[in-house]
Amino acid sequence: MSVLLAFLRKETYHILRDRRTLVIALAMPLIQVLLFGFAIRTEVEEVRLAVVDPAPDHATLEIRARLASTGLFRTVAVLPTSAPLERLFQRGDARAAVVFEPGFAGRLGRGEPARVLLVSDATEPNQGSRIQAYALNVIRGYERELGAAGRGVRIVPEVRMRFNPTLESSNLFVPGLVAMILTIVSAMMTAVSLTREKETGTMEVLLVSPLRPWQIIAGKVLPYLVLGFLNVLTALAAAAAVFGVPMRGSLLLFLAESTLFILTSLALGILISTRTDSQRVATMGALVGLMMPTMVLSGFIFPLESLPGWLRPLTNVVPARWFVLIARGIMLKGVGLAYLWEETLVLLGMTLLLLGVGTKRFKIRLR
Amino acid sequence: MIEARELTRRFGAFTAVDAITFEVARGEVFGFLGANGAGKTTAIRMLTGLLAPTSGEARVAGFDVFRQADEIRRNIGYMSQKFSLYDDLTVRENVQLYGGIYGLSDRQIRERTDRLLRRLGFEHAADERVQRLPLGWKQKLAFSVALLHEPRVVFLDEPTGGVDPITRRQFWEMIYEAAAGGTTVLVTTHYMDEAEYCDRVSIMVAGRIGALGTPEELKTEFGVGSMDEVFVRLARPAGGAP
Amino acid sequence: MRTVLFLIRKEYLQVFRDRAMLFLIFFLPAVQLLLLSSAATFEMRNARMHVVDRDGSPVSRELVARMAASGRFEVAARSASLELANRDLLARRVSLVLHIPPDFEHTLVRERVAPVQLLVDAENGAAAGVMQSYAASILNAYAADLGVELHPEVGGVREGGAPPPPAPGRERIEVRTRGWFNPRLDYSDYMVPGILVLLVTLVGTLLSAMNIAREKELGTLEQLNVTPLTRSQFIAGKLLPFWILALVELTVGLSLARLVFDIPMRGSLLLVYAAAAVYLVAALGIGLWISTVTETQQQAIFVTYFILMIYMLMSGLFTPVESMPRWAQLFTLLNPVRHFIEIMRAVLVKGAGFAAIQTPFAILVAYAAAVLAIAVRQYRKTSA
Repeated sequence: MSVLLAFLRKETYHILRDRRTLVIALAMPLIQVLLFGFAIRTEVEEVRLAVVDPAPDHATLEIRARLASTGLFRTVAVLPTSAPLERLFQRGDARAAVVFEPGFAGRLGRGEPARVLLVSDATEPNQGSRIQAYALNVIRGYERELGAAGRGVRIVPEVRMRFNPTLESSNLFVPGLVAMILTIVSAMMTAVSLTREKETGTMEVLLVSPLRPWQIIAGKVLPYLVLGFLNVLTALAAAAAVFGVPMRGSLLLFLAESTLFILTSLALGILISTRTDSQRVATMGALVGLMMPTMVLSGFIFPLESLPGWLRPLTNVVPARWFVLIARGIMLKGVGLAYLWEETLVLLGMTLLLLGVGTKRFKIRLR
Repeated sequence: MIEARELTRRFGAFTAVDAITFEVARGEVFGFLGANGAGKTTAIRMLTGLLAPTSGEARVAGFDVFRQADEIRRNIGYMSQKFSLYDDLTVRENVQLYGGIYGLSDRQIRERTDRLLRRLGFEHAADERVQRLPLGWKQKLAFSVALLHEPRVVFLDEPTGGVDPITRRQFWEMIYEAAAGGTTVLVTTHYMDEAEYCDRVSIMVAGRIGALGTPEELKTEFGVGSMDEVFVRLARPAGGAP
Repeated sequence: MRTVLFLIRKEYLQVFRDRAMLFLIFFLPAVQLLLLSSAATFEMRNARMHVVDRDGSPVSRELVARMAASGRFEVAARSASLELANRDLLARRVSLVLHIPPDFEHTLVRERVAPVQLLVDAENGAAAGVMQSYAASILNAYAADLGVELHPEVGGVREGGAPPPPAPGRERIEVRTRGWFNPRLDYSDYMVPGILVLLVTLVGTLLSAMNIAREKELGTLEQLNVTPLTRSQFIAGKLLPFWILALVELTVGLSLARLVFDIPMRGSLLLVYAAAAVYLVAALGIGLWISTVTETQQQAIFVTYFILMIYMLMSGLFTPVESMPRWAQLFTLLNPVRHFIEIMRAVLVKGAGFAAIQTPFAILVAYAAAVLAIAVRQYRKTSA
């Protein structure tokens, strides 16, 4: 045990001495939570609107004013014809357009159908249809006030957004961001620090020492566990202090689950490091292999429910997916182990499996 | 070929090389001796343009280290303490790469590669990756690559560290051969027996040149029978260095 | 130039000799492009719904049926208890609860307006918003049809399609809607070009960022530094190999995009490649710059990872730039990935010509020039 302690001390000095890396490792997650917490939003906001109004009259002006007053649309151009629209859309200067026909108010007054065309940039389909829905709503509202469609029936959906009533983006992204940062940092750090010893030849020195393989691994990994834990604490503090992200469930449980998840990531790093002797391959593996899949397949940004059925089973092997569920469950829903035991077991199983395979491979390489 | 005058390098408050002055003539094998940390490597790094001197003057192959670093680079070869060819390339690929960097023509590269392989007896290992070669072979290869573009001066920083005695002897034969061809050789070592092979040696102690001369002169000066004893005298001032 | 060719050859020998590198550079990104592009969608199908229908009338049953028939929702459970429904929501067995109050039909017929409650699991905000808007449009459509059924004299206000004959004495606005550039409303048209850019950037930046740091760590850089290589030759020798590699990778990706996802290529491919050539100089140049200022590969990786995270999340690929606060929007102007994704989308999906993309293009050119100048200046053979 004292051998292990001595080794641990060496590893800790190693990390502490490389100030630059240490500062980056501690400050980076904090900066990321702050930056992305503010910047990542999914709400549709400030849609650049082009208006084609060949013959403005009181009705078109009223609709234009109503669109502008929603705060959602910002009119960037008022044009006499729709010819330049394509160009505006291609440049991204406009995302939506309303095209009125001439004599709009006149036709309305005569009871003839007055035609208006709503165009949206559907490159991003959801946004495209949401923008249309908003604009349509405004126009229908105007129409209702004119008393035209007032006699139809309406079913009013009263929507309650449970667990995050304002759909505050930071509430959603912070748990995901923590998962993301922990996966990459822990897995990459471990993989790199283990392969670094191989690349520079110092691993051989360790191997001939009385240290057992698991002690070498533990010594390399434990300091990073501490580092990861510090990252969780700073990210959490920032999330609570700056964004007011709630912690409805047990903080203790959250920290325990985070520790479990850090272990999963570290185990992943160990596994990567047994596959190669080169730091370059190890990092490429950790970053190329983990970054995008973690981002896309963990439910961090894209709802897992929207995945095609054949793809859904694949997300089960992404550890971050389970942690995102756990983190959101504890932070936003305030549920405890009674609701989260399955996810926890999955993470635990993954950790044991990865650690088992990793240490075994590590041993095999020794012979 | 090499002139250094009051050449000094400080790292913060620490003076690694303290106003050294010496000259090396064409075709000479000049030994740079000293304990670890005496400033040998720092001196070499300044002369090869890897490190900017703090003060002093130096000329290598007639060029000023401050103003004509690029001309110097064209005219020197360098072999560092740490093996610095590409481990994941083959012997031939390494040679070709450096031939290309020094602007040799394709024909020159081909001829010199063949000659180099023949002389080292490496023909069979030409397409082996360098990492599989034994250390002694690697060192001989690194030296040959440093001479590939026929530089006027070659700097060898502890070329024989960790190498077996037989290979060391072969290595010194290669050094003599290069010197006989007119190449000036500056070599650092802390093997005192190797010092006997040099035309002249300088012994560095704590950043200064403690003694300079032919091995014979030094032995006479210190009144001892071997370079080993000269070195021990110098390295321990209490022992009564003049 | 000949010298640079030798350097390029050396880098390729080193990369291609390593099977693992080949796998990581070509195979893994290709697989990810295929998988992730299918996964990166906000479109929802079959969201699981718990129905609490306390009216039980034909109208309420038809409403539930319409929701299910839309393909957006799937009735996963029915009960008469909101309590039970709530528990399902907590345990994530369902994503939303539809509660139809008693007397729904009556109220609707009598008052013409009747409420239903939707309890949405907003744990995942993006999904919640999408479910809400799906539900709202299904309900609207149903209400319009019902209006015709229950009060035929009113007439439905329909979107699109042929207008019903004008009825005198009533004001009506006829609205048609068009979604341009993506009439199939296919997410992959939107995502594939962006994900491709990210993958190419990831691989290219990593390779270039670790390169010089690796040579420093292994000691091989010193040997290069005593040679007469000029700074520009050195940087070119480090940049070009990965620049070419990234362009090849982009080509592989574009072919997959075309063959597998049937991504439209409305604009000029030449324009895409011109932009890619400039963009990659900027992206890889940043990698090289990182490599020159760090001492070890570990440090290089960290800085690179940090920058890559910013690249990705601030690129407008996953969340729209327009949704960001103003300062963040200004900040994204510094992100070359944002500009290149914008160009890719504009040219491929919208069929834009050079005139439409000249602003981002010009920014990329300026970026590439600046980064290159800095990388060349930063690299020193002589340490001070």
